Amino acid sequence: MSPAPPVEARGLVKRYGDIVAVDHVDLVVEPADVFGYLGPNGAGKTTSLRMLLGLIRPTAGSARLFGHDPLIDGAKALAGVAGFVEGPRFYPYLSGRRNLELLADYDDPVSRPRIDEVLGLVELRDRAKDRVGGYSHGMRQRLGIAAALLRSPRLLLLDEPTTGLDPAGMRDMRDLVRRLASDGITILLSSHLLYEVEELCNRVAIIRKGRIVYQGALSELLATAASTYRLRPLEPERAAAALLAQPGIDAVESRDGELLFTADEDAVAALTVALGRARIGFTALVPERASLEELFLGMTDGESSDHDRVAEVAV
Amino acid sequence: MTAVARVYRWEVAKLLAQKRTYLGLGAAIAVPIIFVVVLVLKSGGPNDVPLGRYIRDTGLAVPFVVLFFMSIWGLPLITALVAGDIVASETQNGTLKTILTRSRDRGEVFAGKVLATATYTIALVFAMGLVGLVAGSLAWGFHPLTSLSGTTVSPGHGLALLLASLGIYVLPLAGIAAFGVMLSTVTRNSAASVVGALMWALLMQLLGVLPGTESIRPYLLGTQFDAWHGFLRVPADWVPVTRALWVCALYIGIPLVAAYLVFLRRDVAGE
Repeated sequence: MSPAPPVEARGLVKRYGDIVAVDHVDLVVEPADVFGYLGPNGAGKTTSLRMLLGLIRPTAGSARLFGHDPLIDGAKALAGVAGFVEGPRFYPYLSGRRNLELLADYDDPVSRPRIDEVLGLVELRDRAKDRVGGYSHGMRQRLGIAAALLRSPRLLLLDEPTTGLDPAGMRDMRDLVRRLASDGITILLSSHLLYEVEELCNRVAIIRKGRIVYQGALSELLATAASTYRLRPLEPERAAAALLAQPGIDAVESRDGELLFTADEDAVAALTVALGRARIGFTALVPERASLEELFLGMTDGESSDHDRVAEVAV
Repeated sequence: MTAVARVYRWEVAKLLAQKRTYLGLGAAIAVPIIFVVVLVLKSGGPNDVPLGRYIRDTGLAVPFVVLFFMSIWGLPLITALVAGDIVASETQNGTLKTILTRSRDRGEVFAGKVLATATYTIALVFAMGLVGLVAGSLAWGFHPLTSLSGTTVSPGHGLALLLASLGIYVLPLAGIAAFGVMLSTVTRNSAASVVGALMWALLMQLLGVLPGTESIRPYLLGTQFDAWHGFLRVPADWVPVTRALWVCALYIGIPLVAAYLVFLRRDVAGE
């Protein structure tokens, strides 16, 4: 039997009265994945993560971390797991270091010896003596990462880690995530930012209104959509005729002397041979790579809870 | 150190880092000092309350008299201030989810919070009693005490009786604290829990003075604030003391068990 995956959710449901926040979510995160959990605000990402961490009870289904269900095994199910939901929270009246000391003492084994190391990693050593109440949002996010890393996790659950950060803060946070991933930590990262997921993640699940609408490798997701090609022929009219005559080539469209069409890879290969035989020259034949953004907006009907989010998505 | 001990240590550290703790302790200490200062400056005194007539005879009488006055709403309020906040503030700040995603089980976290609340409650009563004793002794000396039976009690023996009285006095206050912890867990709202626990204490006092409640009076929480009278009789009257022990055990135990069960199962979400 292969070891239990870092995250395995089966048929996870959370209902609040009539509202179904999470609707039969199945989620599997494999070791060393940087897994993007993508969806518009209010789609059920945070609720899912809360159930994974045992903070709330699922109405139905089960969540397992490395094979342990937090509802059954309690805090022991979180061994090797760290992270935060909905932004990290600390005691505002204690200093950053005191907060970490407290959390270290709540760990098994006590993780105090790592405090200096993690403070350095998130570049908070200079401010560690100050009360968290005076920290900026970005500093709290970083302290949240530090608190998670204290546990030397094998799995890191991060709920929108870059939300609310300025551009430099976002870049630093993403660099940090990349660095942690390269150290072999499995990461489950929720986000409503497509480019962030595209940049960081190898696998994604897309959630919409509590349901998973896609789950799999990011490359496959992009590949399935990359069925549109662009041909720049020397003789557009002859080329268009050749395209229309070729089996497996659909939706041919002419635009600015170029031809756009959809086809699978075999049909495209056959097309190049056919064009060669017909002595129709071309200077470019390129797949139009659909961006994750287009895919996402297609799958989620472009819904978004507010205009700011739309603006961020469009970056 | 066991897991619960580690949680307890931090719960105490958190209390020590918060203003409301000092507000409560400060009030508990200020009341006997103000009381003594006023009695030094003015004539007359609280002749109607137990030991009130002897208040200028010895500093030993002061804490007993203060205990009486503070039982009505002073100490219940100061206790509720912390007990009602102990879980709710962490829910409201979102820090509950921070500590519940470490290696400590919910039961251990709850136990640490209950122990810290108990520590605060005990500290309040003893700080108030000892400050009253010191302030009273500075004003009127450390002399023999007149017992409730009219006999004279040596200062050493009187001190032992005071410590025993403070100890039994903690129990009904702990009953109010337990109620506050329960509200704090269930309502997740600090202000509602503080006010609710105080209302509970006042209701218990009110029931004790309404006509027709004579039969249930010995079992009301408010009545147990007078259990120490048993120690001050010669010979000691153990009836109110033993009754306070088991009655308070129920007033402490039932809300705590309820709160524990809720805390183990509840959803920790939002703030």
